[in-house]
Amino acid sequence: MSERVGIISVAQTKYHPNRADVSEEELSYEAIKQVLEETGISLSDIDSAVTCSQDFWDGRTISSMNIQHVVGAHLGHEDNISEDGINAVYAAMAQILSGRQDIVLVEAHTKESQTDKSMVENAAFDAISMRQLGLDFTSAAALQAKRYMYKYGITAEQCAMVAVRNRANAKNNPLAQEPMDITVDDVLGSKILVSPIRLLDTKPISDGACAMIMTTESRAKKLTKNPVWILGASNCYETHYLGDRDLADCDALTKAAKKAYSMAGITNPLRQIDVAEISTEYSYQEPLWFEGLGFCDRGKGGKLVESRVIKMGGNLPVNPSGGVLPGNPNGVAGMARVVEAVLQLRGEAGDRQIKGAKVALAHGYTGICGQHQAVMILGNI
Amino acid sequence: MATVTEKLEGMDVWLYHGQIYIPNTFSAGAVGSRFLIELRDKKRIMGMRCPTCNRVYVPARSICKDCFEQLDEWVEVSDKGTVLTYATDYETKSIQPTGSPIVYGIIQLDGADTGFVHMLGEVDPEQLRVGMRVQAVFQKEREGSILDIKYFKPLA
Ligand SMILES: [Zn+2]
Repeated sequence: MSERVGIISVAQTKYHPNRADVSEEELSYEAIKQVLEETGISLSDIDSAVTCSQDFWDGRTISSMNIQHVVGAHLGHEDNISEDGINAVYAAMAQILSGRQDIVLVEAHTKESQTDKSMVENAAFDAISMRQLGLDFTSAAALQAKRYMYKYGITAEQCAMVAVRNRANAKNNPLAQEPMDITVDDVLGSKILVSPIRLLDTKPISDGACAMIMTTESRAKKLTKNPVWILGASNCYETHYLGDRDLADCDALTKAAKKAYSMAGITNPLRQIDVAEISTEYSYQEPLWFEGLGFCDRGKGGKLVESRVIKMGGNLPVNPSGGVLPGNPNGVAGMARVVEAVLQLRGEAGDRQIKGAKVALAHGYTGICGQHQAVMILGNI
Repeated sequence: MATVTEKLEGMDVWLYHGQIYIPNTFSAGAVGSRFLIELRDKKRIMGMRCPTCNRVYVPARSICKDCFEQLDEWVEVSDKGTVLTYATDYETKSIQPTGSPIVYGIIQLDGADTGFVHMLGEVDPEQLRVGMRVQAVFQKEREGSILDIKYFKPLA
């Protein structure tokens, strides 16, 4: 990338199990208002908005049609992404690099509380080969978890450690929905949803929104003292039919990570990245995504979960914010990882701050068993 | 659309309960249709071989994801296979075709190079394991649907 793309402001709502007190646009407004106030930019200065929301969660075809007035798109440019919001950040980056858009507002919102999660997820499966079986993301995730545990000997205890660590980290995040002090035994004793996945192996229903302002390198330097730069970004998609993949491996993530790393000059992620924010809706995903991200060899994710490396104070702390497991909505989760990475690089992460963080990784995924994977490397130098 | 509204307790916020009902007509396409018709009429599970990579896809499909080849070599695969993974769904959900718990499985059928996503039945949860051998059980009344296979049961 010649001229870099800068992120100059980020904001999130508090994540909550049921924001019945606000409409979707009011929820988005809570986050957007913060980024406008921080930067002094007004809605009329926004050249383009990239929104992220999904029709089935919102209960409306063209889900972004009711938020134009809060994203600066009333009589303005807007594009909508229906995958995870990390892809909206990517789209905004591409718009800025095109030279045609200067200041781009990125927004993501979902109120999971307002519909039936399993029905929305079931509709993502191919109507003829899989949907009629009654699968949802949790039952598909359980098929992946079992295959992964079988192939590489990952244990339920190692997965439970992920559930424990992320919820404990969330205690340092005032916006987290369910920070908790729990033990591995609590996880292993919680209700079985879809074996081997238990209640505490997954996240609760969540409502929330986040917003971000992005611009060119030169504008970013004028508009803020502490811009954060996108150093590398990539995504990768793989096959939809679950039987076509060995679910114990995540080839799409491996490819997305390699490309993002090569753009950012990362050859040794554990040494060169200071903090990582990873989307794990189910506990087994963390060790599996570690393998895809090249933090360890295939099958070694369980060992890495046990090690000090990824804990607060370790070489590469993963999810100081608590990540997705304490509660982040679908579609917002991955963009929230970018937001958290930015806070870390600006030194604004409060009690969850990793001191002196200079390079951060944000990861998001969309779809069944991590079908679509996105990786972003950010830096502050 | 339902038009029930309720007031949120302690606040002047009204909640509107809507439901979108949108009918869809999904075409199985020429290849998918023959796959379903073979299930219905002959209780045969059909795959399709890619001439370039030699992979046999089940369910049969018309295009290879790796080679971008148009496929037309039909292959009948066995109704018996090996469980690659499984998961028991204990939750009751409106989307489910049968009562819970439902045991899902991905089965590599003999003669296929891909896994087949379906359900397992007549199986004790204690008995479930990756690698177990199973066989398709067909419905008596079949209509040309993936559910014409009732489930896969363990081979004795
Ligand atoms: Zn092929």
